[in-house]
Amino acid sequence: MDSQAIATQPETHAEHEHSPYLRHHFANLEQQKETSTFGMWLFLLTEIMFFGGLFTAYLIYRNWYYPAFVAGSHQLRIWAGTMNTAVLICSSFTMAMGVHAAETRKRKELITYLLLTITLGVAFLGIKAYEWHDEWEHHHVPGLNFSPATFLHVDPKYPEDKPLPLDMAEKTQVYFSLYFAMTGMHALHMVVGVSLLLILLARAWAGAYTQGHMTTIENFGLYWHFVDIVWIFLFPLLYLISRHQ
Amino acid sequence: MSTIVSLPDQATATLPKQSYLNDGYGLKSWLLTGDHKRIAILYLISITIFFFIGGFFAGMIRLELLTPPSDLMAADTYNKMFTMHGIIMVFLFLVPSVPATIGNFLIPIMVGAKDLAFPKINLLSWYLYVVGGVLVLSALVLGGVDTGWTFTTPLSTHYLNTHVITAGLAVFVAGFSSIFTGLNFIVTIHRMRAPGMTWFRLPLFVWSHYAASILMVLGTPVLAITLVLVILERTIGIGVFDPTKGGDPLLFQHLFWFYSHPAVYIMILPGMGVISEVISTFSRKRVFGYTAVAFSSVAIAVFGFFVWAHHMFIMGVSNYSALVFSLLTMLVAVPSAIKIFNWAATLYKGSITFETPMLYAFGFMGLFTIGGLTGVFLGSMGMDIHLTETYFIVAHFHFVMVGGMLMAFLSGVHFWWPKMTGRMYPEGLSKLAAVTTFIGFNLTFFPQFILGYLGMPRRYAAYPPEFQVLNVLSTAGATVLGVGYVLPLLYLAWSLKYGKIAGSNPWQATGLEWQIQSPPLTTNFVETPVVNYEAYDYEWLANKTKHEVQTVG
Repeated sequence: MDSQAIATQPETHAEHEHSPYLRHHFANLEQQKETSTFGMWLFLLTEIMFFGGLFTAYLIYRNWYYPAFVAGSHQLRIWAGTMNTAVLICSSFTMAMGVHAAETRKRKELITYLLLTITLGVAFLGIKAYEWHDEWEHHHVPGLNFSPATFLHVDPKYPEDKPLPLDMAEKTQVYFSLYFAMTGMHALHMVVGVSLLLILLARAWAGAYTQGHMTTIENFGLYWHFVDIVWIFLFPLLYLISRHQ
Repeated sequence: MSTIVSLPDQATATLPKQSYLNDGYGLKSWLLTGDHKRIAILYLISITIFFFIGGFFAGMIRLELLTPPSDLMAADTYNKMFTMHGIIMVFLFLVPSVPATIGNFLIPIMVGAKDLAFPKINLLSWYLYVVGGVLVLSALVLGGVDTGWTFTTPLSTHYLNTHVITAGLAVFVAGFSSIFTGLNFIVTIHRMRAPGMTWFRLPLFVWSHYAASILMVLGTPVLAITLVLVILERTIGIGVFDPTKGGDPLLFQHLFWFYSHPAVYIMILPGMGVISEVISTFSRKRVFGYTAVAFSSVAIAVFGFFVWAHHMFIMGVSNYSALVFSLLTMLVAVPSAIKIFNWAATLYKGSITFETPMLYAFGFMGLFTIGGLTGVFLGSMGMDIHLTETYFIVAHFHFVMVGGMLMAFLSGVHFWWPKMTGRMYPEGLSKLAAVTTFIGFNLTFFPQFILGYLGMPRRYAAYPPEFQVLNVLSTAGATVLGVGYVLPLLYLAWSLKYGKIAGSNPWQATGLEWQIQSPPLTTNFVETPVVNYEAYDYEWLANKTKHEVQTVG
């Protein structure tokens, strides 16, 4: 399909020829936009492979040490995780509205939505930091301060759980290793996202993106939604193991 | 001997007044450039530096192995030597060798574009490469690493006090350089082709780079996350690979080889692209079975993702999975053989001439075939259990990587040197270098097959005295090989000033890159080319040339 599209590339539109946004090595704006969007999707594919390594490790160890994963999961603050899920979904909404504002060339709206997205992103990181601190307090950080003590007796909140034998309790370290690696990598992507948002905000403030050229905003939107979707997978995998018990 | 080289009259010929080389002067115009050709030159310089650093370590290894006891250096120094040799050669030379230099220079021109899709990201990937390189060098200066290039856990995470983290970070960063290069190539090949340049008119060089880019883009991120986990395990002690905490070191092997096996195809596929161009040009024929060769590249890329566990036959993977991986490994031999047979069929009844790139290409075909076939030995489980971790393995992958890839790299550098610089290399000296390399290579690595078969293990500084004769042969060969590599460095540098002026198409080749001036303009083409002929269409070229003469006359 696309070989045809290139092969019969239309002549450059006169109106586009002198567009200030057209980089010198593209024939026209349409090709330029298609190229950068395709590049972004490809980049997201590499991100899937990056997180894929972690999900593979999770899959294997969850099968091996299921009781340890259940016990570890029950120690997480489910309200914090739920809240963060809600925060991220909202931030995806505000981001999508931001892209829409850029499309409809409304500068003030764009700035508002970018600000909202930043706020929600920072709120997510704040809640996450609170959780990490909480896990530190409970000695759940493998390598730095870990104690299997929590898992050797029954948690009053989950009276139906059985206490783990010592060797399985030790395996909760694998669960928490993966928990910190996965949420850590995700949070790193959030930090990068918020930093990029600040740059986008500064440029939107100066009037960029609302004059018909908003590929950057659209591509950033793709990134933001991707990071959101990673969390949508992380939340049930890490927080919701066997919650019905 | 006949030749197809046709150079302009040296008395009157001059280099073009304007080209990418004189479009701006000074260090800044190079370090901040967006031009894919200049970035290719930056890469060429930096990978050459790292090649000779890595080569120095190879020399030290061979020197130590001249005598049976570990006398030149202590065993742990020897471990650091082969680790640095491996890390530098794999991540800083072989992976970027052809794609980042020759590919970077040519892919936009071959598809008829003015530049790669993302020039700034292209420059960024060079900087990432440099940062990776500096990190490797700092690991070296701080005292070295001795994990081997494979970073095997728990050795790398628990039992060594060397600079694993620095080296791991280096590979992580250099990996992103490779990801961005691959991404740029895929997008460029999809979206930047000139009018009329359909997929099946693309030179096979572009097809093989497309396949290699798929591997770079999908494989390298897995290596990245694996190294992150190793670094986290070493610094704060998380337990994903640590058996005392419930982790499994075998998982590290799976994740590491999921990248590092496809990585050998990242290394070899671009080289195969070079060979297709060279064989076609110097036998004056269209590559036999163009479509088969094109799709065999893609097939290698696809199969390449499903063979990684053949590195783990002795590590305790289940017999059933070993069986499946063994079968899949043999399947990769099929597309590789398709290429070799098709090149041979291209030579058949061609008007063959023996210019330097062609000599290197012949070297590639022979040595890669030996390297590939011994790969089939190693893919069959019974043989593998006998031969793995011996010098047989070392010889096998050096036949593929050095005998194959390095030959292809040198073939490509000579073939496109007139295009990159506008000047020819000295023909006599370069033929001598090609022959020296071939002889030196065989003398170095063939004895290692025998050594390995007799049971000499790899990665030891000392060996029993009965292996000495073969080791001395190998070290002697390494010396000859070293001469074969220093020669091109010297005469190519010489040719920058004193080489004959090449003109736009010294080989009478058909590719788009040969229809523009050498060295090319910054924008490559004066106007966007319209492609109305197939790749390797020598009749089209002959007609075009005839037409030109008529208009002039």
